[in-house]
Amino acid sequence: MSMINYASREINCKLVYYGPGLGGKTTNLEHIYGKVSPNTRGKMISLATETERTLFFDFLPVDLGTIRGFKTRFHLYTVPGQVYYNASRKLILKGVDGIVFVADSQIERMEANVESMQNLYDNMAEYGYDLTKIPFVIQYNKRDLPNAAPIKDLQASLNPGWPIEEATRQKVAPDPAHPGENLVDKVGGEWVGRAAYHEAVAVRGDGVFDTLKAVSKLVLKTLS
Amino acid sequence: MAGAASWSFNENDFKQIQTHLQAFLRDSNARCALLVDRNGQLVATVGETPQFDPTNFASLTAADFSANDQLAKMIGEAEFASLVHQGERESMYMADVAKRVILVVLFDQRATLGLVKLKAKAVVGELNKVFEEMFNRVGSGQAQQKGLLEGAEDEIDKLFG
Repeated sequence: MSMINYASREINCKLVYYGPGLGGKTTNLEHIYGKVSPNTRGKMISLATETERTLFFDFLPVDLGTIRGFKTRFHLYTVPGQVYYNASRKLILKGVDGIVFVADSQIERMEANVESMQNLYDNMAEYGYDLTKIPFVIQYNKRDLPNAAPIKDLQASLNPGWPIEEATRQKVAPDPAHPGENLVDKVGGEWVGRAAYHEAVAVRGDGVFDTLKAVSKLVLKTLS
Repeated sequence: MAGAASWSFNENDFKQIQTHLQAFLRDSNARCALLVDRNGQLVATVGETPQFDPTNFASLTAADFSANDQLAKMIGEAEFASLVHQGERESMYMADVAKRVILVVLFDQRATLGLVKLKAKAVVGELNKVFEEMFNRVGSGQAQQKGLLEGAEDEIDKLFG
């Protein structure tokens, strides 16, 4: 739920980083915190356990600059990835404008990824939000690890696509980040849409800003 | 619903909110009043300028209120419409406004909890009216938002260099 304040000329949007435990959600925020000028970001707060596992959420406000005379403020949140924190995880989704799903590319974590993605769909549905209709980007993290699954397999499991029913959207939409691939395509006579995806190594910062940029653009596009 | 609905408020709404909150602070002797939306975004601050980071404060307030909402449901209550956190010197009182916004009142020994609660009840009634009116305007609000950021993609690209 973006909030436009005409009095202070600010647009506030909420982005949530979702995904399985230890997948790199907090690392994404930490990298952004470290790289963005202190003038354009607030303090990062982490409600974490003693072992640095996210208990409730991490929060980082970032100003992306001024557009049309409005200051654009993005509030970045992570959720606790561990399965048993679902009650608090669900709370953070309230009023979300855009989602980044941080998947752990390691083959061993495939099941945890799928479970978390299903949990995201379920939690969104409980709020009446449709994940296929809001800004949604998938980040395949930890691409540097030797046991990282091929992108093709990750896409098949986590981003198989959804049917596009609106006639106006039934046209091929190329994926700007991956030449030769499409975000909307005709597969076996059916129109199918997919979430945009980015590869990342969040500990090094690779792909972190590409992901943030992609989801922010989608969010601001919903206001245009 | 595809996603959460947006809302917007204009200068006039802001002035009304300020007027109500200033009167409330005068009557209750509280130091500062903040309005935070349920998603953790700061809407307004009136009274003494807080010494903390208001953005962080707002996100924690919303999380605190939401967590307590769930706790209320677990014990069979529809909601906790207000919450109190009492410290040795500084205290805070939080109350729901129009189910979308939280009024946060910061007060010290110069004010009493009883008076804050009493006066807050009245100002919450006034704020409810202001916000209900604002939300009823959603149609026109969205019309204003449409086109607000047309062509913003290029500008976003520039922002990220």
